[in-house]
Amino acid sequence: MSGTKLLDLNPIKLEEMTDRYEAHDYYLMDEFLTDEQKLMRDSLRTWLKKDVSPIIEDYFERAEFPHQIVKGLGDHGCFGPYIPTEYGGAGVDQITYGLLMQELERVDSGIRSTSSVQSSLVMYPIYKFGTEEHRKKYLPKLATGEMIGCFGLTEPDHGSNPGGMVTNFKDMGDHYLLNGAKMWISNAPFADVAVVWAKDESGRVHGLIVDRGMEGFSTPEMHGKHSLRASATGELIFDNVKVPKENLMPGKSGLGAPLMCLDSARYGIAWGAIGAALDCYDSALRYAKERTQFDKPLAAFQLTQKKLAEMITEITKAQMLTFRLGQLRNEGRATSAQISMAKRNNVDMAINIAREARQIHGAMGITGEYPCMRHMANLESVITYEGTHDIHLLITGMDVTGISAFK
Amino acid sequence: MKILVGISKAPDTTTKIKFTDNNTKFDEAGVQYIVNPYDEWYALVRALELKEAGGGSVTIVTVGGADVEPIMRKALAVGADDAVRIDAEPIDAFFVAEQIAAYAKDNGYDMVLFGKETIDYNGGQVGGMVAQLLDLPYVSNASKMDVNGNTATIERDIQGGIEVLEVNTPFVLSAAKGMAEQRIPNMRGIMAARTKKLDVVPAAAAEALTEVKSYALPPEKGAVKLIDPENVEELVELLHKEAKVI
Ligand SMILES: Cc1cc2nc3c(=O)[nH]c(=O)nc-3n(C[C@H](O)[C@H](O)[C@H](O)COP(=O)(O)OP(=O)(O)OC[C@H]3O[C@@H](n4cnc5c(N)ncnc54)[C@H](O)[C@@H]3O)c2cc1C
Repeated sequence: MSGTKLLDLNPIKLEEMTDRYEAHDYYLMDEFLTDEQKLMRDSLRTWLKKDVSPIIEDYFERAEFPHQIVKGLGDHGCFGPYIPTEYGGAGVDQITYGLLMQELERVDSGIRSTSSVQSSLVMYPIYKFGTEEHRKKYLPKLATGEMIGCFGLTEPDHGSNPGGMVTNFKDMGDHYLLNGAKMWISNAPFADVAVVWAKDESGRVHGLIVDRGMEGFSTPEMHGKHSLRASATGELIFDNVKVPKENLMPGKSGLGAPLMCLDSARYGIAWGAIGAALDCYDSALRYAKERTQFDKPLAAFQLTQKKLAEMITEITKAQMLTFRLGQLRNEGRATSAQISMAKRNNVDMAINIAREARQIHGAMGITGEYPCMRHMANLESVITYEGTHDIHLLITGMDVTGISAFK
Repeated sequence: MKILVGISKAPDTTTKIKFTDNNTKFDEAGVQYIVNPYDEWYALVRALELKEAGGGSVTIVTVGGADVEPIMRKALAVGADDAVRIDAEPIDAFFVAEQIAAYAKDNGYDMVLFGKETIDYNGGQVGGMVAQLLDLPYVSNASKMDVNGNTATIERDIQGGIEVLEVNTPFVLSAAKGMAEQRIPNMRGIMAARTKKLDVVPAAAAEALTEVKSYALPPEKGAVKLIDPENVEELVELLHKEAKVI
């Protein structure tokens, strides 16, 4: 048996595949997965190692989204994986969706964000609340990445409290007139289509599909982010935009509609955060074994072992939490509050691991040679968007006490 | 072209190798299996390229129990049209070759492709034996193959150069690096693989001709010796006396 290096097996230039990541599965959770789920995950991982992780640091540094990977993301099912195949999705279950998000965020939270937005915040509402025409027009192209979408809920003055939004539309007889502005919108600068949440004249929230090119609609990019730099963020500005009436998604109105989308995205984030944590742990574990100080590998010091042992313990707990949540989602039984708990716990777990892992790397840890600092910076966005860390705590608090502490 | 590709499982390359039963059996506990890279990356992908260019079909064949089906599904996800599992434990190379030859005999394949070896026991014998049993020409370790009509032009890497051969179909070939480039299955391929045909056929009567007496692991790698850059004499001495390489 050759457990050693395969000297002449390098057709995809394995010698150039510098990404040495290995997944860690301390409680053998893989045994709960089907062969097909593992194949989908592992194929995505291989492609990411070949085409994405080698370039991600560079794009992060330049604060640019790597557009060339969009087709590959589509090919590997990262856009609307759970959308039925008749609309171009892969029709997979929620656990597979989670596994894909985990692999993406293992590489970079920005890439996972692009996929989350496209899947859960654009394809999902079009599928759930749109008309059959909406589905046929948008979903197949969104699934391949031929079209990119964005989701406009947050406004400059309304973040944690989206219900206070001021973006609104008026019924003009043959069309709606849309006015307002959205801020912090992922994918906005290059999106072909935006799912926009706005109030009608009676103050009720509805979802409108706004296409690029509509007069009065612009998407300026926001600059100066120190986090999620490989993902583009922008504003959506609506200056008397005439939106055809058929662009209103009739399936559901009220704040509950965007919140359903957020449930789906937050569930994906709960899995994704494990990916970022695994990458940091994996890098720290390898570094601790290879780096010698005081004539010993760092891994031989108790303080390093404490860090590593606690990291894998927290990762393992998070893996079990998300797996169970995936089962509940597959059965349609997961509550929003349960999803809040997983998003909050796992992102917090990942950000702490990123910090500890960075410390293990010493000064090298602050460079782009290792992924920890980038993950750490990215996770500052992840712990803020899709409901901040504290807001999710309040959701759990309200769920267990029955008393809202929001206002 | 009607092409048959032999696919076998191999332990993942990061596997920690252990033996049981008095060092006569490979310890499979906890081992993850992959498609043997020479079969998947070179033989299968080249077969798919030929099919894409000139039509035909690509069937994969594996000798093994139901436990090999996941790796067969992966080969189907990469793009093979259908699969045949010959239901028997692969005891030795001759036994496996007998099974594949018995299956291939009446099915009129234009070529039967294998990887140059499987990265488990690295025997590299099955292809040659199948060719013999089918009474077909055999080209081993091929690094390039172009097909024109029913003539294949094949390159083999040989010591210090390249050998170019021509052979008419039908023939048997084992593929080495250079033959093709790895394809990563995509979502569409994986979904399509669900419904592709995977036939299970009974084993032919055959017997193994070899028996493993024991396995041994290679000696542990020694520690690295660091020699001062100034001290060239000691380096030469060690390379000569200890490493015996000069
Ligand atoms: C990189 C990035 C991408 C994003 N992408 C999108 C997108 O695609 N689409 C979209 O719609 N939005 C997006 N967002 C916006 C994101 O959802 C908001 O930033 C988030 O909801 C928080 O809103 P805020 O920034 O206005 O913070 P605020 O709501 O002003 O909160 C500030 C602080 O106050 C705390 N706080 C607020 N209310 C309470 C309370 N009641 N009790 C206790 N504490 C409270 C918060 O926890 C937080 O710590 C993105 C954000 C980022 C950073």
